[in-house]
Amino acid sequence: MNRFLSSKWTKLALFLLSLVPLGILLWLVWQAYSTGNPTEYVSANPIEYITHYTGDWTIRFICFTLCITPLRLLLNQPKITGFRRMLGLFAFFYGCLHLSAWIFLDPRQNTIAAIWEDIVKRRYITVGMLAFVAMVPLAITSTAGWVRRLTFKRWKRLHRLIYLTAIAAVIHYYWLVKSDVRLPLMYAAIVAILLVYRIVVWMRKRNASAPRAPQPTVSVG
Amino acid sequence: MLIRKPADLRYSDVTPKEVYLNRRTFIGAGAATLGALALPSVSLATTKINSLVQTGPYHHLGNDNPSPKATVTGYNNFYEFGTGKEDPAQNAPKWKVPAEWNIRIEGEVMQPKTLSLDQVMKLAPAEERIYRHRCVERWSIVVPWIGFSLSTLLKQVQPTGKAKYVAFETYYDPKSMLSPREAGIPFPYVEGLRLDEAMHPLTLLSFGMYGETMPNQNGAPIRLVVPWKYGYKSIKSIARIRFVEKQPPTDWGMYASNEYGFYSNVNPEVDHPRWSQKIEQRLGSGFLGQGAQMPTVKFNGYGEQVASLYSGMDLRVNH
Repeated sequence: MNRFLSSKWTKLALFLLSLVPLGILLWLVWQAYSTGNPTEYVSANPIEYITHYTGDWTIRFICFTLCITPLRLLLNQPKITGFRRMLGLFAFFYGCLHLSAWIFLDPRQNTIAAIWEDIVKRRYITVGMLAFVAMVPLAITSTAGWVRRLTFKRWKRLHRLIYLTAIAAVIHYYWLVKSDVRLPLMYAAIVAILLVYRIVVWMRKRNASAPRAPQPTVSVG
Repeated sequence: MLIRKPADLRYSDVTPKEVYLNRRTFIGAGAATLGALALPSVSLATTKINSLVQTGPYHHLGNDNPSPKATVTGYNNFYEFGTGKEDPAQNAPKWKVPAEWNIRIEGEVMQPKTLSLDQVMKLAPAEERIYRHRCVERWSIVVPWIGFSLSTLLKQVQPTGKAKYVAFETYYDPKSMLSPREAGIPFPYVEGLRLDEAMHPLTLLSFGMYGETMPNQNGAPIRLVVPWKYGYKSIKSIARIRFVEKQPPTDWGMYASNEYGFYSNVNPEVDHPRWSQKIEQRLGSGFLGQGAQMPTVKFNGYGEQVASLYSGMDLRVNH
């Protein structure tokens, strides 16, 4: 298990797997273009389709990233943490595509002012931007050099921003759908479970270590 | 004015499409197989509508080209069949439109009436009306509807002096459609118009599009089209029409009255809380059929015909 988890091939496979959603989207766009029958592939509203598709994969990768710590603890496999950075960066990557689709393709007046108006006026966009902006420092400081520079303790604290991103992303989704909230609620449940799990682990540890001398903390990042 | 010809179209006149397309095979099949052949149900596919009036003052206001049929029939909202915009095209064709379709007209009228679909369709010649259709979600299409003014039907009953509004109700079959809990909005779907809006000649009672009967996903067998209002006002699969004294509840209005007002006239000056309505995406053309973005016009460009209905009203308040 250890050898599998630390193999560079496993990492490469996960990297390629994470690119599959993008590959499928490019294939759909190509099929839509080359067959001359776009509605079959990217719906009759491709701009909306692409925006939703990339948004779906952003929130999925945020969830995947949040799964790493529970998996590590439940399976007792510390090496799983080695995949966290890549999944987090893919969440950021799909988030960039999602934001770009919205900025450049969404039906709106073609001015910076109109984009800014949407961001400050529409609460689902405000909270979506918050989710994205909170990911930016995490992507920047995702390298080993930044962990060293910040010290692991502060780096870990900074990277708790992903919890904010996850909650904001769920609210973004919930606020944007018209009336059928089943999918946003599903993501809300997933994110809630992943966050509550951390709280439980943290409380247990605090109780266990309270009467005794301070112990080296186990990362729950 | 349209010069009315005697109504010569009956719902049963039209031949099911798969029958006339396969007529040769059908004839060649021979008596042995003939017995085993079940007649295709009318609801399974659309059928051609003959003797279509393609003139008249409302045939084509503007010079927009009709959107590709695949766009119009493959992408729309019909929450009874799913809340995704490709769900109706996926799920509605499996729905069997009841063979006996009756429309009940009641409420503040001298004599309530129940008319069968055949009776309704015989009231006037079928006209083609090429209308712009603007969804509140900012996409728009151009549809060659078939039907006649709703007023033709409404004139069949005599409203009492109390009648100020007309309320509409969509057919609802819990067995083959989503539950209100799943869709998030009340069913049966209800909508309403002020009496003068309902009587306006642009307001269309439609039973077809693209030269054929109405596809299930677009509101078979018969629906409303109010081209100067956002799409959700144009109620589908009409089962009941009621003249009422007070402003009737509307489905999306019950869900969120600040987002979906009673009038819901297309208006670039009034934002939806979640987006601006200044620009629309006219689907169907371009690289991926994504269409073109264009400014939205007040009353969807039908101001000349309908603006007078609202003179003296603040359309920001009465949105």
